[in-house]
Amino acid sequence: MTSLTHLQRLEAESIHIMREVVAETERPVMLYSVGKDSAVMLHLARKAFYPSPPPFPLLHVDTTWKFKAMYEMRDRMARESGMELLVYRNEEAERRGINPFDHGPLHTDLWKTEGLKQALDHYGFDAAFGGARRDEEKSRAKERIFSFRTASHAWAPKNQRPELWNLYNARKAKGESIRIFPISNWTELDIWQYIALNDVPVVPLYFSAPRPTYEMDGQIFMADDIERLERVLGRRPEIVERSIRFRTLGCFPLTGAVESEAQTLTEIIQEMLLTTTSERQGRVIDKDGGDASMEKKKQEGYF
Amino acid sequence: MADPSSPTPASGPGYTADGLIATDIHAYLDRHQHKSLLRFITCGSVDDGKSTLIGRLLYDSKMIFEDQLDALEADSKRVGTQGQAIDFALLVDGLAAEREQGITIDVAYRFFATEKRKFIVADTPGHEQYTRNMVTGASTADLAILLIDARKGILTQTRRHSYLAHLIGIRNIVLAVNKMDLAGYDQARFDEIVADYRAFAASIGIVDFTALPLSALDGENVTTRSARMPWYEGPSLIEHLETVELDADAAQAQPLRMPVQWVNRPHLDFRGFSGLIASGAVAPGDSVRIVPSGRISTVSRIVTLDGDLDRAVAGQSVTLCLADEVDCSRGDVIAAADAPPQAADQFEATIVWMDDEPLVPGRAYWLKLGAQTVSATIQPPKYSVNVNTMEQLAAKTLALNEIGVVALATDRPLVFERYEDIRALGGFILIDRATNATVAAGMLHFALRRSLNIHRQPLEVSRERHAQLKNQKPAVLWFTGLSGAGKSTIANAVEKKLAQMNRHTFLLDGDNVRHGLNKDLGFTEADRIENIRRVGEVARLMVDAGLIVITAFISPFRAEREMVRGLIPDGEFFEIFIDTPLAEAEARDVKGLYKKARAGELKNFTGIDSPYEAPEQPEIRIDTSAMTVDEAAALIISRIIG
Repeated sequence: MTSLTHLQRLEAESIHIMREVVAETERPVMLYSVGKDSAVMLHLARKAFYPSPPPFPLLHVDTTWKFKAMYEMRDRMARESGMELLVYRNEEAERRGINPFDHGPLHTDLWKTEGLKQALDHYGFDAAFGGARRDEEKSRAKERIFSFRTASHAWAPKNQRPELWNLYNARKAKGESIRIFPISNWTELDIWQYIALNDVPVVPLYFSAPRPTYEMDGQIFMADDIERLERVLGRRPEIVERSIRFRTLGCFPLTGAVESEAQTLTEIIQEMLLTTTSERQGRVIDKDGGDASMEKKKQEGYF
Repeated sequence: MADPSSPTPASGPGYTADGLIATDIHAYLDRHQHKSLLRFITCGSVDDGKSTLIGRLLYDSKMIFEDQLDALEADSKRVGTQGQAIDFALLVDGLAAEREQGITIDVAYRFFATEKRKFIVADTPGHEQYTRNMVTGASTADLAILLIDARKGILTQTRRHSYLAHLIGIRNIVLAVNKMDLAGYDQARFDEIVADYRAFAASIGIVDFTALPLSALDGENVTTRSARMPWYEGPSLIEHLETVELDADAAQAQPLRMPVQWVNRPHLDFRGFSGLIASGAVAPGDSVRIVPSGRISTVSRIVTLDGDLDRAVAGQSVTLCLADEVDCSRGDVIAAADAPPQAADQFEATIVWMDDEPLVPGRAYWLKLGAQTVSATIQPPKYSVNVNTMEQLAAKTLALNEIGVVALATDRPLVFERYEDIRALGGFILIDRATNATVAAGMLHFALRRSLNIHRQPLEVSRERHAQLKNQKPAVLWFTGLSGAGKSTIANAVEKKLAQMNRHTFLLDGDNVRHGLNKDLGFTEADRIENIRRVGEVARLMVDAGLIVITAFISPFRAEREMVRGLIPDGEFFEIFIDTPLAEAEARDVKGLYKKARAGELKNFTGIDSPYEAPEQPEIRIDTSAMTVDEAAALIISRIIG
């Protein structure tokens, strides 16, 4: 008898989910945010359909405020996987110059929440893979793997379908869409370990290096585009070089860095296991709106 | 963490790897990457200390971070039920709505790991939606922990949890007798509870279980064996969880079954069959049989992105290549050639109803099992089961959270195994065809004998030949609409025109059929469904005979019209919606029926006290306010003759 490891079981489950979606929906897409969870999800998709390329495009809902290194990685991975890359930017946000400094929560609302809805409508996707995990945040512990959204993209937490065994019901009315979370059951440690074991490429920002930084509200941020920062802020923040890395990646002015010397995957995992703060703490997004802010965002259509 | 009742740091055998993280991360990771995965469910209410137990498992395995702990401590003081102490219930709660309303909505999944295993815990809250939630959470579990309060002993809820865990086929049952601290760590009390439980368990067919005395609050027998209960000689809870046999491992001992999810065909030179192996193992060179076709071939390759495999086992997602060009598509099962599964179309099953709308016997639902989706109709239950007393009750239907044993029939053969043999080929869900909701979970027990013995007789003169002889393309023109909408009038006009064109037709009229074939049926929902089912079957025979069949029935329910559509070959079914507003049909009232219905003399009259579900995408829609009978008939004929 061969006992499968937990990573093999998780991989098999994720691949099974992706194949079900491809078999049962009309126009699936993979939301690709370039972070480590997206990296693993993309790798699983390549495994699920090999030797075919994954039979759906990658969609990046861009805010224009991502780290440069993320844009580079995004373009590289699209090339390597042989998948079509779709980049969507909310025109209204672009026109109004929405940014994380002047517009606060509106930045996420317009670029990401609205941007995602518009992109799905624009291309007519009826199923979208997302890289959320249940261990990330309390309200996600109860999220289904298949999450149904109304035609207006609203999430109804009281009206989700029970999921039994590995039988997923992908039937839906016209206009409705599904968000599918194939790595729901992975933990942060699983993700890193899988990246290490499978040589999954990740953005170098996860590894520590001397980088230009500035402080704001007691957190350290990376000055990824100093000129743009200066233009938006109306002043040049004090730039200090620090040895930093990131535990999660998003818009550079919204993603707090940690001071770290971890330069290899093993060191990253070691540091993660020894830290005592949770992963999403570096993101400003969970804090506005109090206790249930992620859930509120989900009901509004944020991933 | 100044509070005396706060959890004490872990020092149990499960967590000794912590030191390795700092001193030898490579050794730690090596160990972690060889861990197996156990999924379990915890049953009990917050009163039994369930959340405290889960919270402690997370805490002891360092799955609670400092920032979460800070928030937890603050929340505990603000809204907790444990005074100043940590309220673990808050840690395992999620949605804002439920926090505010004090209700929990469904299943939450939690993750922790010890040195030997990774665990996924399904936490199902105890309240009225319990059956639905517990069955959902238990469907993926290898093990169930039944938590009981040592002071209270075996309660109705313990019996209910046991019944459901056993029903869903969980082989490893742990009776966790919690709050032993409040029962003086007394062996006699523990033994008494275990004896009570043993007697009950045997009565419902649970032959084996593991009983543990616990104090989740104090951590006694959770990770380490308790010094306060030296009389207990068994393993701690964690030790037990680390060593029980996994379902995935047990499944490897059975013959190969792989439901085909997707056919991988990137180019003409490659054809692979992708799926998750449900049972057994497979290697290149193995002889396999495709079911239901029965074709035999040999596995030539097991293809993955990381290179071909020499062998794959139950629980792995793979892509198989076969040596021969055999037909095989989604829904087929690739099986060991010498021990293939059977296919049948009538079964006995237990179903758990999960929808607010009760079961409608006779109605067609989608049934999904493995990668197969078929249309299924359910007979009225043989009986339902009271989950508190296990009593069998007479039942006409099943409502939300009710469980019953039923006979069901599918529209085509289903490849299956008994649920107790192979879950992945015996467990199914039912889907409402109108709302798309998952309305039930089911477990197949066996195929009904009549289905195994009645084989279809192959016919020498095919349906194609029948059609050829009549020099026409057979079709079913299914008229639907309110009473008095004009169905029969237009249907008659269509038939007359077709006859002039030398087409062979037959008109099945609602009123006429009720004088003969269906004279035993009334107008209840169940009878109306049966009425349509029979007419659908008759129409199917007639299109097979090559006829153009015209039917005129109100056929108010979408699900039944879809059922008939499923009986007729693609492209031969035309749903024709005679769209007349209710007010106009009622104003015409040719047969005086609306008047009677309004007066209450006629029950279940469509449009008055029974709904009409208009077609969403009919092949043809006739707006009777915009065209004459002749124009309507001409339009219909032009659309079907083309």
